[in-house]
Amino acid sequence: MALFGVDYTVIAVLAPFAAALAAPTMVRVFKHNAAWVLAIVPALVFLHFFRYVGAVSHGETFTEGFAWVPAYGVNFTFFLDGLAVLFALIVSGIGTLIILYAGGYMKGHAQQGRFLSFLFLFMGSMLGVVTGSNLITMFIFWELTSITSFLLIGFDHLRTASRRAAMQALVVTGGGGLALLAGFLMIISVTGKREMADVIASGDVLRESALYTPILIMVLLGAFTKSAQFPFHFWLPNAMEAPTPVSAYLHSATMVKAGVYLLMRLNPVLGDTSAWMTVLPLFGGVTLLVGTLLAVRQSDLKMMLAYTTVASLGLLVMLTGAGSEVAIEGAVLYLFAHALFKGALFMVAGLVDHETGTRDLGRLGGLRKAMPITFLCAVLAALSMGGLPPFIGFIAKEVLYEGTWNLAGRSELLTAVAVTGNALMLAAAFAVAFKPFLGKPTKTPKPAHEGPVLMWIGPLTLALCGLAAAVGVGWSGPSLLGPMAGAVAGVPVEGDYHLIPAHIGAPLYLSLVTVAAGLFVFWQIDAVRRGMAGVLKAIGWGPDRGFDQFISLVVRFAGAFTAIVQPGKMQIYMNTVFVVVAAALLVPMIYYGEGPSMPTMPDFRFYEWLVLALVVIGIIAVLAARTRLIAIVSLGIQGFAVAVLYMLFGAPDLSFTQFMVETLSVVILALVMTRLNLTAKDNRPFSETISHMIIAIAGGIGFGALLMAVTQVPFDSRLSDFFAANSRVVAHGRNIVNVIIVDFRGLDTLGEISVVMVTGLAILALIRIRSRGSKVPGNPPTGGPLKPVSEPHPEVAS
Amino acid sequence: MAVSEHTADVSHAMITTPVATADWLVVSPIIITILGGVICLMMRKQTKIQPRIAIATLGLLMLSNFGLLARVMDKGVITMVMGQWLPPYGIAFTVDATGAMLALIASIVAFATALYGVGDSDAASRRYGFYPFLMLLMTGVSGTFLTGDIFNLYVWFEVLLISSFGLLILGSDKAQLDGAVKYGILNLIATTLFLIATGYLYGLVGTLNMADIPRSVAALPNHAPITTVAMLYLLAFAMKAAAFPVNFWLPASYHTPRIAVAGVFAGLLTKVGIYALMRTMVMLLPVHHALLAHVLAVVAVATMISGALGAMAQSDLRRALGYLVISSIGSMLAGIAVSTALSLTGTILYAIHSIIVMTGLYFVTGMAGRMSGTFALRELGGLYGKSPLLALAFIILAMSFSGLPPTSGFWAKVLLVDASLKSDWPWLAGSILVAGFLTTIALARIGLYAFWRGGPEGTPDGTAFAYAENADMTAPDVTAAYTGMWLALGLLVGLSLFIGLAPDGLVAIAKTGAAGLVDPSGYIGSVFGGTGGHP
Repeated sequence: MALFGVDYTVIAVLAPFAAALAAPTMVRVFKHNAAWVLAIVPALVFLHFFRYVGAVSHGETFTEGFAWVPAYGVNFTFFLDGLAVLFALIVSGIGTLIILYAGGYMKGHAQQGRFLSFLFLFMGSMLGVVTGSNLITMFIFWELTSITSFLLIGFDHLRTASRRAAMQALVVTGGGGLALLAGFLMIISVTGKREMADVIASGDVLRESALYTPILIMVLLGAFTKSAQFPFHFWLPNAMEAPTPVSAYLHSATMVKAGVYLLMRLNPVLGDTSAWMTVLPLFGGVTLLVGTLLAVRQSDLKMMLAYTTVASLGLLVMLTGAGSEVAIEGAVLYLFAHALFKGALFMVAGLVDHETGTRDLGRLGGLRKAMPITFLCAVLAALSMGGLPPFIGFIAKEVLYEGTWNLAGRSELLTAVAVTGNALMLAAAFAVAFKPFLGKPTKTPKPAHEGPVLMWIGPLTLALCGLAAAVGVGWSGPSLLGPMAGAVAGVPVEGDYHLIPAHIGAPLYLSLVTVAAGLFVFWQIDAVRRGMAGVLKAIGWGPDRGFDQFISLVVRFAGAFTAIVQPGKMQIYMNTVFVVVAAALLVPMIYYGEGPSMPTMPDFRFYEWLVLALVVIGIIAVLAARTRLIAIVSLGIQGFAVAVLYMLFGAPDLSFTQFMVETLSVVILALVMTRLNLTAKDNRPFSETISHMIIAIAGGIGFGALLMAVTQVPFDSRLSDFFAANSRVVAHGRNIVNVIIVDFRGLDTLGEISVVMVTGLAILALIRIRSRGSKVPGNPPTGGPLKPVSEPHPEVAS
Repeated sequence: MAVSEHTADVSHAMITTPVATADWLVVSPIIITILGGVICLMMRKQTKIQPRIAIATLGLLMLSNFGLLARVMDKGVITMVMGQWLPPYGIAFTVDATGAMLALIASIVAFATALYGVGDSDAASRRYGFYPFLMLLMTGVSGTFLTGDIFNLYVWFEVLLISSFGLLILGSDKAQLDGAVKYGILNLIATTLFLIATGYLYGLVGTLNMADIPRSVAALPNHAPITTVAMLYLLAFAMKAAAFPVNFWLPASYHTPRIAVAGVFAGLLTKVGIYALMRTMVMLLPVHHALLAHVLAVVAVATMISGALGAMAQSDLRRALGYLVISSIGSMLAGIAVSTALSLTGTILYAIHSIIVMTGLYFVTGMAGRMSGTFALRELGGLYGKSPLLALAFIILAMSFSGLPPTSGFWAKVLLVDASLKSDWPWLAGSILVAGFLTTIALARIGLYAFWRGGPEGTPDGTAFAYAENADMTAPDVTAAYTGMWLALGLLVGLSLFIGLAPDGLVAIAKTGAAGLVDPSGYIGSVFGGTGGHP
């Protein structure tokens, strides 16, 4: 199916990005009612993916798209099977409702257009994650969800808490993303496949690879950070700083499930190993227990829901790694149910907050009269979350208990964990759904009243879907849930589920236990909350605080490290550079045996010895000189001796130049030295003199030895021969050096002339532009913390 | 008599066929920039006209380099020998995909700098050479990327060093001079090391032509000290590229000049070192490079991590950016250490990306500083409210720098990580990822403070700092100044996004370039004719 050669699926994934561009303008024109128009986009996307349900339920899969970066083998392709289609339906379906909800929730907000724009950017990215086929393409969308999540968490950017939460989410999920990239690249490298369909059909290649463990670690790091598994869970509750539409959409229904999606997606090729079946249930189970225990401790509606989301994600991870098909079916059912009820409950929490001005359980009560529709939504969703019939949550719980109960080996432990978690989740669900609405009406910051249709249509639809999916499980089972479970398990799954249990067995008894225990906790929730608060206080430390400690540790370490490596003293820089120079010369020369062989005693004439002696005397004079001036002049002696050597070896031009340069250097240096009024004497401490001596000698030996070694290789004189042969005949110049300068290598001379010109200009600038304070336009005047000038080392960080 | 002797004799010494007209593109960057620089110099006092000349010149340079790249991709490596002397006797300019692409990107960044400079350079700095320096800097940079002669490469290094020094001291305040002295002396040492190494190399192989050197090196006797010479080159260029631990000059100087200057420095200067490393270590001395690969890899890791840490430690935006330059150099070095076709593709791509993005980040910082009157992170804030467009530019560039999609930086990073993993350097791949992680934190911190926060430190939570409307923001000449800056910034941000969304063409070019470095037979053939044999 294609439009102008572009597959509809590609258009469907890109459509939200187009909507993101249009959103600000739409909001400017239609105000908050723009949501009605904009919601058409995800609705159409939903319909597009819905058309695949039939084919996919018969086991068909589709890969659509086009070659994007052929030079690097990356295609812009999308893969649709049972898993991808159901996820795409969740993302686009809930997305439609969230856009409407955000229209009401952010009504009148100055940045509503921008907000909707960010939401659409996220929606497109999330669709890309769940349908992406090419691993690189999918990873790009994965990263985009982290970035859009960052933007949305920090949307209320003037508040410190929002900014901190945004940063935390970015650091945690972004860090995981980097690990995932490494994992994906290794998967590509091992399997030689880049498309999802090929990767999951690769059988045991990954499991048998030597890289299996690193790949598994990298993929799990990516999935666990994204899906908020303990100990990376802390960013998710903090992400509740975001406006509620974001919490409902990203941080409960969709984005946080990306990690679970990834595990489910790769289960056929990474799963079924002892590592997989140990790590996933372990982390998932711990996350489930920690999440639920922390949830019942909360008194803020959103926080309570956030921790139950953490718990649910733990449950999903645990079931995915449990190692049985039925457990996977339970995971799939629960994932679907969770998206519906948790999305609805978050929107309910947002409605309550929006209409009363608070979401503190202690300050809410008796809202059922003022907000009847909201109450209805809350009850429907909570019953599903509590796992009660006739809701999809009930069926999910039955199947997952069947899965854990029949596990070989570890069934008792996992079942116990699941029952405990579910019971606590029921308590939390009831606390959210009933506490604010029952009892006596309380005085709230805003007088409570029912929310606008834009805001309740979303939760109501989702809650009713939870009911419809259960009542119509004869359709939803084999069409949606079975195919998804089949894609995860890697073998076809019937999807034959029943609202009324086919037989009375362990799952039903476990359900009864769960409900009873849950109701008990709900009844005693205040006591439980106090108890948990006490426990947490006793522990004192948590990963959330650890995050701050980690960041401040890194920043402090960075400061200390930088102060050491960039201390601002030129002397240290020069020392280091020359130490490195000496090492660069001596180490490879010794290590690779490239040093010179012992030269024979040279057969010098007496005057050659004389010049050589002059050089040595010059150097000794430099070292022995009492004052700087004498040292400079002595250096000149050595230079002159070298010039004489040139003359002796037949290079009068060079010799003449050397004389000139030496003379000028000595004169200029002497002038500058006298003008600068430096202390005449060398006042370095003895230790420093010694270390400088060692560096100098090492460097000198290095350069000298290398030169000797070079001259011991026979010289290839092609160039000199050519210049000698052709400079008169072809280039018409008698002086070879001149011809080289102006003809053979004339371009070098042009470059050098430019250097001289620019030097002159630079000196002019130095002399003429006198410092009158900081005159650099645009650079703020030096003052305050920006004023490094008066510090001894201007480059050191303030 | 002379004429007949001429025509009869020269073919053993000179190329007798004329240069194809289109091949003049090889050397036209030198001609264009020198002429432009000289014209600007002659019009020293016409400070209003200079920018127009510079923009026109650099625009022309861009077009010329674009034509050159198109021709190289079409015909393969192109050689033009100065004075028509037969190679290796004359100076050859030999342009392959790597050189042509880098020259093009450099000219685009220089063009953007000229635009930015309209508002960022005052009359005094123009009179004392801002635009002439900028154009001669481009002479040096272009010459570096295009020349095929290693001594000539040294000459261009000198040209760009002295021009950059000129740009650095314009303004002459104390901090600038302090920075310029450290910059000048340490770079002079590096350049001198390069010269010394070239002297040794010439002593060993007797040739300076870069197509000739690999063949001559291969023919050297076993005891020739060529690995030591390679190490010396490695050190000289690593210093130019600002690799740890010989990069003191960069943090010491990059925060001192005007932003236009710092921006173009950050974009171009260090990449010249990277280019020279690729050319010498990979193409000229491949065997010795393999011996030194571990040194390079360790240096790469130290550079990327120390740079990222440095960026995190700074509270002045400009200083932080200087360290980010260093961090990005580490990633490019990683690709050179691995030295496969894939990793070099990554390094070339990374260099192109980094040239664009680093300059862009400096421009964003410059505008942020202008709008708030400070570069101190503590005193910045509220820029998101003040200029959402600037915030957008910042976040795109920050994402690009951190290697996040959908920007140019993503592809560069993926290629390098992939290449490192494929060549069994997992710790190198891991370091690239960790460095990316740390720079993400550093840049996010800047974004949080400078853009998202309501105002300077101490602004009450939840409120936006009320900026006094900058009086000079509305003045007509100020508006004109901002126009140039926005155009420059828009060009760079747009490029990074474009490369991110449609990377195929550039990846293909980088691949061609990398293949030419690993197997220089095309390069050698272009200089010495198809056979590649000794003349």
